[in-house]
Formats: sequence, structure tokens, C-alpha cells
Amino acid sequence: MNIMLQPPAIDLTRPLSIAVLAMGGQGGGVLVDWIVALAESQNWIAQSTSVPGVAQRTGATIYYVEMIPARADAAYPVLSLMPVPGEVDVVVGAELMEAGRAIQRGLVTPDKTTLIASSHRSFAIQEKLVPGDGISDSSKVYEAAEAAAKRFVAFDMATLADSTGSAISAVLFGALAGSDSLPFGREAYEATIRAAGIGIEPSLRAFAAGFERTQADAASATPPTPPKPASAGKLYPALAPIGDAAFDALVADASTTFPAPLHGIIAAGLRKVVDFQDVGYGREYLDLVAGFRRLEQGSDPALTRAAAKHVAVAMAYDDVIRVADLKTRASRFERVRGDVLAKPDQLVYTTEFMHPRMEEVLGTLPAGLGLWLESKPGLCKTLDRVVNRGRRVQTGTVRWFLPLYVLGGMKRFRRGALRHKREVAHRDAWLDLARTTAAKDYELAVAILEARRLVKGYSDTHARGASKFDRVIAVAPRLAGRADGGQWLRRLCKAALADEEGKALDGALATVETFL
Amino acid sequence: MAERSFAREVQDLKLGNGDTFHGEGILAITKALLQSGVGYVGGYQGAPISHLMDVLADAQDILGDLGVHFETSANEAAAAAMLSASVMYPIRGAVTWKSTAGTNVASDALSNLASGGVTGGALIVIGEDYGEGSSIMQERSHAFAMKSQIWLLDPRPNLESIVKAVEDGFELSEATNTPVMLEVRIRSCHVHGRFAAKDNKPPAFTMAQALENPRRDTNRIVLPPASYMHEKEKIEQRWPAAVSFIKERKLNEVFEGDIDDVGIILQGGMYNGVIRALQGFGLADVWGNTRIPLYVMNVTYPLIDDELIDFCQSKRAVLMVEEGQPDYIEQALHKILRKADVPTKIYGKGELPIGGEYTAAVMAAGVRKFLTSAAPEVLPDHIRAPNDPSILAHDKIKALAEVVPARPPGFCIGCPERPIFAAMKLVEKDLGPHHVAADIGCHLFSILPPFNIGATTMGYGLGPASASAFNVKADKRSISIMGDGGFWHNGLNSGIGNAVYNQHDGVILVVDNHYTSATGGQDILSSRADNKSRSTNHPITEAVKGIGAKWVRQIDRTSDVTKMRDTLKEALTSTEKGPKIIVASSECMLNKQRRIKPLFNKAVKGGERVVRERFGVDEDVCTGDHACIRLSGCPSLSVKHTSDPLKDDPVAAIDNSCVGCGNCGEVAEAAVLCPSFYRADIIHNPTGIDQFMAKLRGGIIGFLQRRRDRRRLALV
Repeated sequence: MNIMLQPPAIDLTRPLSIAVLAMGGQGGGVLVDWIVALAESQNWIAQSTSVPGVAQRTGATIYYVEMIPARADAAYPVLSLMPVPGEVDVVVGAELMEAGRAIQRGLVTPDKTTLIASSHRSFAIQEKLVPGDGISDSSKVYEAAEAAAKRFVAFDMATLADSTGSAISAVLFGALAGSDSLPFGREAYEATIRAAGIGIEPSLRAFAAGFERTQADAASATPPTPPKPASAGKLYPALAPIGDAAFDALVADASTTFPAPLHGIIAAGLRKVVDFQDVGYGREYLDLVAGFRRLEQGSDPALTRAAAKHVAVAMAYDDVIRVADLKTRASRFERVRGDVLAKPDQLVYTTEFMHPRMEEVLGTLPAGLGLWLESKPGLCKTLDRVVNRGRRVQTGTVRWFLPLYVLGGMKRFRRGALRHKREVAHRDAWLDLARTTAAKDYELAVAILEARRLVKGYSDTHARGASKFDRVIAVAPRLAGRADGGQWLRRLCKAALADEEGKALDGALATVETFL
Repeated sequence: MAERSFAREVQDLKLGNGDTFHGEGILAITKALLQSGVGYVGGYQGAPISHLMDVLADAQDILGDLGVHFETSANEAAAAAMLSASVMYPIRGAVTWKSTAGTNVASDALSNLASGGVTGGALIVIGEDYGEGSSIMQERSHAFAMKSQIWLLDPRPNLESIVKAVEDGFELSEATNTPVMLEVRIRSCHVHGRFAAKDNKPPAFTMAQALENPRRDTNRIVLPPASYMHEKEKIEQRWPAAVSFIKERKLNEVFEGDIDDVGIILQGGMYNGVIRALQGFGLADVWGNTRIPLYVMNVTYPLIDDELIDFCQSKRAVLMVEEGQPDYIEQALHKILRKADVPTKIYGKGELPIGGEYTAAVMAAGVRKFLTSAAPEVLPDHIRAPNDPSILAHDKIKALAEVVPARPPGFCIGCPERPIFAAMKLVEKDLGPHHVAADIGCHLFSILPPFNIGATTMGYGLGPASASAFNVKADKRSISIMGDGGFWHNGLNSGIGNAVYNQHDGVILVVDNHYTSATGGQDILSSRADNKSRSTNHPITEAVKGIGAKWVRQIDRTSDVTKMRDTLKEALTSTEKGPKIIVASSECMLNKQRRIKPLFNKAVKGGERVVRERFGVDEDVCTGDHACIRLSGCPSLSVKHTSDPLKDDPVAAIDNSCVGCGNCGEVAEAAVLCPSFYRADIIHNPTGIDQFMAKLRGGIIGFLQRRRDRRRLALV
């Protein structure tokens, strides 16, 4: 070692560092510009970097800021262009899973990092495209954040932004201020927003909302709680009379037939099928479900519960009449106004995108006529040419409303329609199988009922779902009696919902074949 | 009109002596060009240097006042060729592009330029798109500098150093008659910092003067025997001149440190990362003080042998920090030290990974490995033998792998390219899968879910050319795709011309969104907006017909999925010979929204009757199958759980970010999916007639609805 050179005085000061993980288009750049301007206004030196490129187009992206108080001698600091795992003071996740990604990247550490996250979800395409429920479990991010962060601030900033008429970046800026992570006062933040000069008032409102919520959470010392699972959000109607003698008789009957824990699902199912057809249909429903009640073996009426739900779904299938009825209801007109956030002085007209085919026409015709027509493929084809095309139905105009309204009123002919006959036959076969299975393999019978979940959608989608259902159900009798028969049927259903083409189901069925 | 406006920022380009410039790296480079008296600037946009082009486009007035000519080049080759203005005339010129993608395209012109040499300073600003967030193949630009003998600058990543590199670069170029490349990495381009500004300088010799006083010298043209002379000049004159200039001007920097029996040699761009790594071991601080000596190569080509030998001679070991591969510099360093009989041990690749971006974590690990081997006594104990288990080993954090979804970039909300690929999916269902040659541009997102369309990409505008081998008799045809950007970049010739001439029967789909959208929405020849400084509105269909294409279809509303699908089917089945060219045109939604949103808001405020369209899903009609999402992928088309206890799966839902492009409704209709979708026309400031009609309709419809509600049990 050369003794001529003295060791330089090593200054142990560390810059403050902030990493922002966002999705392209969320305004992460605006937030970072504010942070830099804020620091510079307080006589700090700030450096920010970003990696735009293709990440701008809705993909995950990261921004990074380092800042340090300026020195009197005008020395310029050497700041890092990217976050150093283990050395980040504040991590901002503009969406919950992006916060999760920051943790995964090692940017959040228990000795140092304040993690500020918006708890809202913006689902990734993989979560959305599965035919079943592909939504990731948010609570895992909360658990990881509790383990990794020194402090965890999380609330739904997207909703707060909407309610203040601003963007999420302003709420995040408020949460950053409210977390007291940087040595700057609230006024300095607000002055920065004013100086930037764009959308000042809404930004200040959103900033204040984020600031106050963060401070309030800190004062009450309540840790962020993950959102409740979807099942907690289900609203079960009361099994109660509504003032209609015939319906109320069904309610009275059901109240005694079924144990109290099932009343919620029975009420939901009953309302669904009566709304679909009529009170007589409700009676059929209760009779079918009661049939399963009689097959109960233990204390938990799982079979009846599954029947209450899936028999209702099967009975209230989606046909032309149903869709026309739903589309023309006054309550639907109101709901649309709410969904599109229309103001009272604005007019809203809807246009429906419908594509009827000859199949739908045949299904609606009386069974005999429908079958006769079906046996004349040439004629069907000709008629299909007239029927089968996309139609833009302007439900808000009288000209279009009327035919839909008339169609929606054709319920009384439904029982005689070809589609109904077929639905009933299909349903009966399924329920027969469940009933005969219940005696020898209760669990499997429950799983058979639950498999109904696979049948959904319209036209091709419906056909695909129904075929998956049929394939799964076809295996069921051979699984009966195995200790894990029910589990296997559930696995098959899960596989069927994993992808559209049924590749996962093919694999699962092949596995089942190996041991049958 | 570019995606981002720099109207405010360009005012900073007017700053002069005594002012401090605050801003982004790209703007600093632009300012440095003006301070250097540049005479002309050209280039082709692409991350990370798109903003340089955008800034210049927005700064036309300032450039005009200074007498600087700015051109948006047709492609990088055109930009590089532009530098020929500096061959004979003492004019400084600068061009810019994304590298290595753009340098590949430009390399023909660069070779010629570098061979004949330059009189005026010629600077090539290359945005090195390497590492995280990169959109291209992972390669280095270094090889281009070596093969053509172009000097390569890689300044420390702070604005002062980058600005100085621009100024030095011009002088170096002039002193050595050699073009100079200035390499800026993706983060440096977007780094926000400050530097002391200088006055702008108008070019000393203008383009007009050059035009009016033409000069020529056949010795500067690449044709034997001059080309042999050029190589000799390169070796005997230009190289030595560069070495002495770089030494005299101290372009490379040495930072002394007291632990001077080891040292680190690094590319300038790696400086901040190295300092941060040393800081972690208590060997450097945030002000740049270091205990380990550093040799910072702000010039990475040519290497200055004397300086390297001087630096290494007294040291036992050095670490070579060179990002990317192959390790050209490390190899050269070995040779230099070997020839000079300097026994210093060289660490480098091995301690540091061979490839990939040198992130903070990678750099820290590499420097630690080097010091642990070469000078273990300087490291604190806890660093030499860290026993602090990473937080990443925690079970709760490992569990994130199951829930945090990948989020690659994708089509924007309302992107007009989405329905094109939805239509292709529908065609696939009818006619089976086809060989699809994809191209560079936003449309390349088709290769990802939900579309999963596209087999290869071979380069910008080369989609159709990359399908040219599939020109044989078969029961299926190839489909190739290119964007309007790629089309004008070279695709008109390499794709269309090639297919016409070779009588290729395949289908060529030109995705025309009126801009080069992936690079930031710059105008091109076929842009439909009026651009006061460029000539636009030249239809692609005219161009392809002009070079002999016969089967040409123009679709002016891509969200017409049915038409899109039928046209594709026709193209795949038509008996006509030659390429079937479909030009699918609809304006990039990002640009469109930026254009119409302010107008819309103004109209609403002004009390005008305006209609906003957006889409919705009837949640009681939707069964939660998500077939619509598999044909769309629009960010505003999402899913939500309902309160209905009979529904297990989430239903589709459209949020208020919907811009009403119509894709989901059209897809639902074309694919016969389901009747859940509706379009809502929201009439702002309805007129008297609107009110009257609404009342009339409401009266009749309301009467019927009440009538049925009375007969229905109040259940839902």
C-alpha cells in the first residue's frame, strides 16, 4: 500500500432513495417529476431515472429517485441510476401486485423500507383470460409486505383518486407526504403541485385525501388489512314472504323443509327460478332440491347446498327470452346509467350487440315445430342466412324496444319450447346421476352437482362448456366408490376451467385413465 | 404529432452562459449540440432516443433561428448517409438512433463514412438499448466502432459529463477526420440532473454556404485506389491523432485512491454503479471520493495503451468493468499488458457476469468478489463473509411467485390493432393456423396472450421479407405483418416490392395507425394529420399499387371485426396471383385521445351537444366465461366478482377508462359470443329535440316497463 496517499475522508451520508413501481399509463412519471421538483425546491439535489421503452404500453415499469442535501461547496454527488436491494428508503407501488413485485425484487427490506401501496387491483391478462376464476390472492402480498417492510402503508388510492376527480399519482404523492418519509413539510409538497401547474385543484384534493388517510392510519396504528375474499361479498336474500300468496307459500314450505343455514342459498335459488319463469317453476325447484335433502347422511348438508345453487343455475338457463327480458327492464336502464357514470342532465342510449342464429330461433319454437325444422337441414340453412347476422339493437328507441319487449314476454310459451325440453332432459340425466351416486359415494355426488359450473356462456362458448361438462360427468360413475373420487372430479372441473381449449382437462382425464 | 410534447422543455434550449439547466439526459444532449455549433441534425426515433427527435421537432423555431437544419430521416441508413455533408465541408453534423437495431441498418453508410473520413465533426448519438426494459436483441454497439474505426465515447452518466462528451466528440472528430459515436444507455437518456449551460452557437459554416460553394475530392470516395489509401490513413494518421488528442485533452479520467495496489478500470457509463458498490463497502462516498483508484474510460474505443499501462503498472490486480459481451476491452487489456510485460492480474468477466445489465446488485457482487480475491484486507469482515440471509428467502416472500402476475407491455386501451388480431383469431378458428411472420412495432404484442399470433420477427419492416421463402405451392398461405412505421422505413421495397417481383402469393397485412406509434407517435409519410414542416397524407395503398401490387384492400375502421375477418379470409382464399395486401388503418388511440380529449372537454364546457361512447357489460347476462377477454385483452375490459351467490366465477366488466373503440362489441357480434355487451351513448348537453325525443321514448318505454313490473314478482 502506498503510504504517500492519505485515505480520503469518507462521508457516510447516504442519499434518500425512492423506487416507484407502476404500470405504463399510471402517471408514475408525473409522480417522479413532482418528487424531483420537491427536492430541488428544498435545496436538495435529486436525480431520477426511468426505463420507458415498450414498458410504457401498459407493462410493469420502474422509476427511481435519489436525493441528497446540496453542499455549500457546490460538490455534485454521484447518485445511482438504479435501486440497490437493501438500500431503498421508500418503495411506492402504484398497484398492489406491483408492490408485490417490488418485494420480490428485494427492494423492500425490514430495516429500512417504507412501502406505500395502492391496494387496488388492475388484473393482468393471465388473471382475466381463464374461463374460471383466475384472480390472484391479494392477501399474499399483504403477508409478504408485513414480513419485508419496515412500515407498510396501503389503501385503495384508485378509488380515492376517482372520488377527487384526479389521478392516482396525486394520491400517492399525498401518501408519501403523509408517511413523513422525507424531511419536507406538507406545504412544500403542495407548493410543488401548484408550481407544476397542471390540474392543480383536483391534484391538491387527491393529495390531501392521500395525506390525511395515511396520517389517520398511522395515528390509529391499524395495519392494512387485505380485502375480503370474493365469497364474503355474496349477498344472500332472506327466505321471507314478499306479499304474494303463491310465492309466500313456497317460502313457508322451504323454511320448514330446509335447515336454517341453507335458507340464504335456497332463497337466492328460488328467487332466480321464479324470476326466470313463474311460481310453479319455483315449486319444481324446491321439489328437486328437497329430493337431495332426503339423501343427506351426516350433519353438514353439503349435497343439498350444492343442489340449491346448481339446480337453480341449471333451471334458469340463458335463452333468448331471458336475455330480452333482462335487457328491457327498467332496473337495467337505471343500472346502465350508474355503470357509465352518467350525470342527471345527460341522456343515455344503449346499443346491444346481438348475433342470433337459427339455433336460437329453433330453440324458441314449440318443440314439435323445432324438431321438424331441424330435420330439414337445407331449409334451416336457408333460414339461417336470413337470421344469422350481427344486429345492433338500440334498446332505448321504441322501434327496437318493442320487439325485445315482446320477446321478453314470451315466457308463457317457454315450457313448450324445444330448448326447454332439451335443457330439462340434460338436467334430469345429471340429477339422476347425482342421486344414484349419493347413496354409494356422497362426496362424489356433491362434486357431480358442482360440475354444473362448467356450463356457461352462449353459442359456441356454451357448446364448449357443455362438452367439457359432459366429458367430466362421463367419468364420474367410474370414480364412484374410490376414497378420493370426489376430489378427482373436482380436480377435473378445475382443469376444465383453466383454459379454453381444454388442454388441462385432456391432461387431467389422461391421468384419471391411468388408474381407472 | 409525437406522444409527448416538449413545448415547455424546449424553452430550456435557449439558456445561456450563467444559467443552470435542469432536465433529462436527452434534452441535455440536444442543448449540447446547439452549444457546439451543430449545422444539421437527423435521425430515426426509437427508445431511448425518441425524445431527442421529439425535442428537436418541437424546437424547430429555435433551430431555425440558429440556422440548424433538422431532418426526420426515413431510417437510420438515411440518417447516417446524411453525415456525408461533413465529408467535404467544415460543418458539424449529428445523427441519432436506437442501437444496436438502428446501427445495423445504418452500417452501410457508416462504413463508407468512416472509410473516406470527415472534415466537419460528425457525431452519432446512439441510445444503447441494453438491459432491463430493452425491446431489442441484446448486443453491443462496440463492435461497429471497432470494425469501421469510429471512435466510441461512453461518458460518465451525469449531465455535465454527457454534455462535455458531445463537445469533445465534435473536436475529436475534426482532429482525427473520423466520425465519433456517443453511447448513452437507456437510463442515462432519461436521467434527470443539471449542468451549467453555455450560449448556443450558430454553425460557423452553414448548409447554404456549402450548397452554393460545392467541393469535391475523389480521394474521399470509396473506390480503389482511394479505399486502400483510406485504410492506410486510418492506421497511420487518424488512429495516432486520436490517441494523442484523447491523452492531451484527458478525456479519460483517473480518480486516485489510497489503496493503490489494486484498481478498477471501467467504462464511463459504469461509473455511478461502481461508486455505489464501493460505497456499500465503505470504500467510497456519495461525493465520488474513493479509496480504490479508478481509471474511467470516457472513450472506450480506441484504448489508450500508455494510460492503461501507467494505471496498471504499480498494481497487483485490476478489475475490468465492461458491460455486455463479447469482452472486447478486457481482451485488448490483456494484450496491451502482455505486450508491455506488465504482470498485473486482470479480473473481470468471471467476477462479473459475462452478459446482462450490470445492475446495482450485480455490480456490488462483482466488486466484492474482486476485492475478496485481490485485496481481502480492505473489506470489512461482515462484507467478506456475509451471514445476513436475504429477505428473499422468507417463505411469505417466496409465496409471491404464485400470485404476482407477469405484466409485459401490451396493446393500450382502445388500441385499433387489437381488432385486427381478434379477426385473425377468428380466421384461425375457421381456416386453421397459418405461418405468421411478425414485425417490429406495437403490433408485435400480438405474440403475447391473449392472441398468441406470430412466429418470428426479423427486423423493422422486414415482416413480409421474412416470409419470402414461403413462396411455394401449398394448401395454405403465409401471412406477414408490418406496421406503417416499418413500411416506410424499408418495407415498401424489401417487403412489397420483393413480393411483387417474386410473385409471392402470401398475404401482407400493413397495420397503419397513422404514426410510428411504438417509438412515441411520430408522423410519417402516410400520417393523416397536417404537419406544417413535413409532407404527409401519402396513402400506403397508392405506394403499393405504384410498385405493382394488384390485390390491395384498404380497411378504414379496423374495429369492424367482421369486415376485417372477411377480408383476411378472402385474401387467404383468393385465386389471384401475387401478394394480397391489406392495409388496416385506424388512428393510434393514444394519439387520438390526446388529440380529441381536449376538444371534447372544451365542447362540453361550451355547452355544445356532444356524444361520448363507452361500452359496458350486463352483469346479469354475463356468465363469466371470459371468451370476450380471450379475443381482446383490452386493459379496460376486466373482471369482477358479483354479489350474486349463484355465480362462482367473476363476470366481465368494463371500467370508465373505456374509450368506446367498439372492439368488444364487434368481437362479441362477429364471434357470436354473447349478448352481454352494450354501447352506451352518453349525450352531453342534449338539445331541445333530444329532450323531447327522450321524453317521448321514456313515456312509451316506461309505460311498458311499469306494466310488466306490475305483473312480475318483485324478486330482484
